[in-house]
Amino acid sequence: MTTPLCDLTGAELAAKLAAGEASASQILASSHERIDAVDGDVRAFLTPTPRLAAERADELDAYLSTGAPQSPVAGIPVALKDVFTTNGVRTTCGSKILDSYVPPYDATAWTRLAGAGAVLVGKTNCDEFAMGSSNENSAYGPVHNPWDLERVPGGSSGGSAAAVAAGETVWALGTDTGGSVRQPASLCGVVGLKPTYGRVSRYGLIAFASSLDTVGTFTRSVRDAGSMLQVVAGHDPRDATSLDVPVPDYVAGLEDGVGGMRIGVVAEAFGQGVEPAVEASVRAAIDRFAGLGADVGEVLLPHAAYALSAYYLIAPSEASSNLARYDGVRYGLRAEGDHADSIAMMFATRGEGFGPEVKRRIMLGTYALSAGYYEAYYGQAQKVRTLVIRDYETAFERFDILVSPTSPTTAFRIGDKADDPMAMYLNDIFTIPANLAGVPAISVPCGLDDAGLPIGIQLTAPALHEQTLLRTAHALESDLALRMRPPLLEDVGT
Amino acid sequence: MPVQIDIDHVAKLARLQLRDDEKVQLAAQLGQILEHAARIGEVAAEDVPPTASPIPRANVYRNDEIEPSLPVDEALRNAPERTGDRFGVPRIAETGS
Repeated sequence: MTTPLCDLTGAELAAKLAAGEASASQILASSHERIDAVDGDVRAFLTPTPRLAAERADELDAYLSTGAPQSPVAGIPVALKDVFTTNGVRTTCGSKILDSYVPPYDATAWTRLAGAGAVLVGKTNCDEFAMGSSNENSAYGPVHNPWDLERVPGGSSGGSAAAVAAGETVWALGTDTGGSVRQPASLCGVVGLKPTYGRVSRYGLIAFASSLDTVGTFTRSVRDAGSMLQVVAGHDPRDATSLDVPVPDYVAGLEDGVGGMRIGVVAEAFGQGVEPAVEASVRAAIDRFAGLGADVGEVLLPHAAYALSAYYLIAPSEASSNLARYDGVRYGLRAEGDHADSIAMMFATRGEGFGPEVKRRIMLGTYALSAGYYEAYYGQAQKVRTLVIRDYETAFERFDILVSPTSPTTAFRIGDKADDPMAMYLNDIFTIPANLAGVPAISVPCGLDDAGLPIGIQLTAPALHEQTLLRTAHALESDLALRMRPPLLEDVGT
Repeated sequence: MPVQIDIDHVAKLARLQLRDDEKVQLAAQLGQILEHAARIGEVAAEDVPPTASPIPRANVYRNDEIEPSLPVDEALRNAPERTGDRFGVPRIAETGS
């Protein structure tokens, strides 16, 4: 049986297109067949865009048939987390408050992918306003993990991770504010890359916590992560925090190996709260680095223990400010009824439109910023953030790459942590520090637990060292040579 | 010890209408989360400067050039209520006598 096109990597598809062995329309049809076969169960998509995609694929095929130069991204199906604005395509953020919002502009990351010939297959489900680690906070119901439909895909970019894992799309974009790309990538057995803060424009990314929000990629290979980053990275005058520094070639040095690379194992990231199977798998992966010629040592990040606390003050504080814009005036929901005045309308609209987790974080952030509490909470959290950054600076004097598990556990059952916010927040304990420091990190599949659920290893690099990060990740991926295919797909066939 | 917070006051600052059951639940959950978060107070950081953004930067200005902007109809397309070329809202001030 030949592998369905939708299960190939972007690099494999680009080669097939170049050789005339596949067309953009055929690739898209394969992706649509898979969506039809599995999305009733997985529920990764909120808004599929089949007609737009078909038109786009036809255009691409017409263009490619002229023999014109071809972008390595041309014809590759891409899904977007529903926090990226798409001109003319509904964008909900997983929230009732934006249920009928149709943006009049495209997010820059999508503009760049589209310009390079990517085909949008649809908008994916996510935790409301990207707040969550299980996708259970979506107003449109949970996404189901393709590896076990009773389990969560992780979050907040759960739909994007699940869609890539199940072959419903080849690539997807997500966002990572505290781990929302890396953690679902880990739980769904795909590659999730969070670049350096500012490396990819946030224009058109509906804001959650602006000093932490990072556009990230979901792919089924490290090479594809490099190819996708290549397209979306770069300065954008529309995002004042986007870095105006050259974009290097992220694919060229992938095969250079890890000989002599100094790899630091984050000591605090093992032990309490980490499932034994996760620890064993990550340690085995670390042994492989040593086997490949890397120089492996142990490193301490003393303030990482406080990173979670700092994050749950900083992110909600920024969110409480960012989400003030949902006031029932310019877009989104307005609560029905005869409101006494505009302020009463705003209270009612926000009470009706936001779900429980979003309300929790708005309240938390409002409190942390309020008179009398600002210094002790938000102010102190910002200082701890400085100390977390210094920890990384010290660690990167001795090491090129740091490693830890991505998540302390594999995918948990839907409902298991839904009523315990603190237990849910602990999912992000290993991913949050990189957001506070703005450094790039990637989750790569490194094995399965006894229940057949994926385990991910997280690699972290200094700011703007994505090339080193990808090269290290690629070396591990090649050495492990895992076949990450959810059992669900065995029943689907082509 | 869980932190006690004045839910009504914070909800008012946040312009958030909450049902009574939500208030009870939020008081308990926020108390627990803040108890955990308050651990950052253990860190001796008096002389540490705060970080607001991982990229230190001063103001970024764009060139003072006129560029095309969103047409009025596009800008108003998602408005819950439109009044002419403006966003329509319930009254915001007394009309006076």
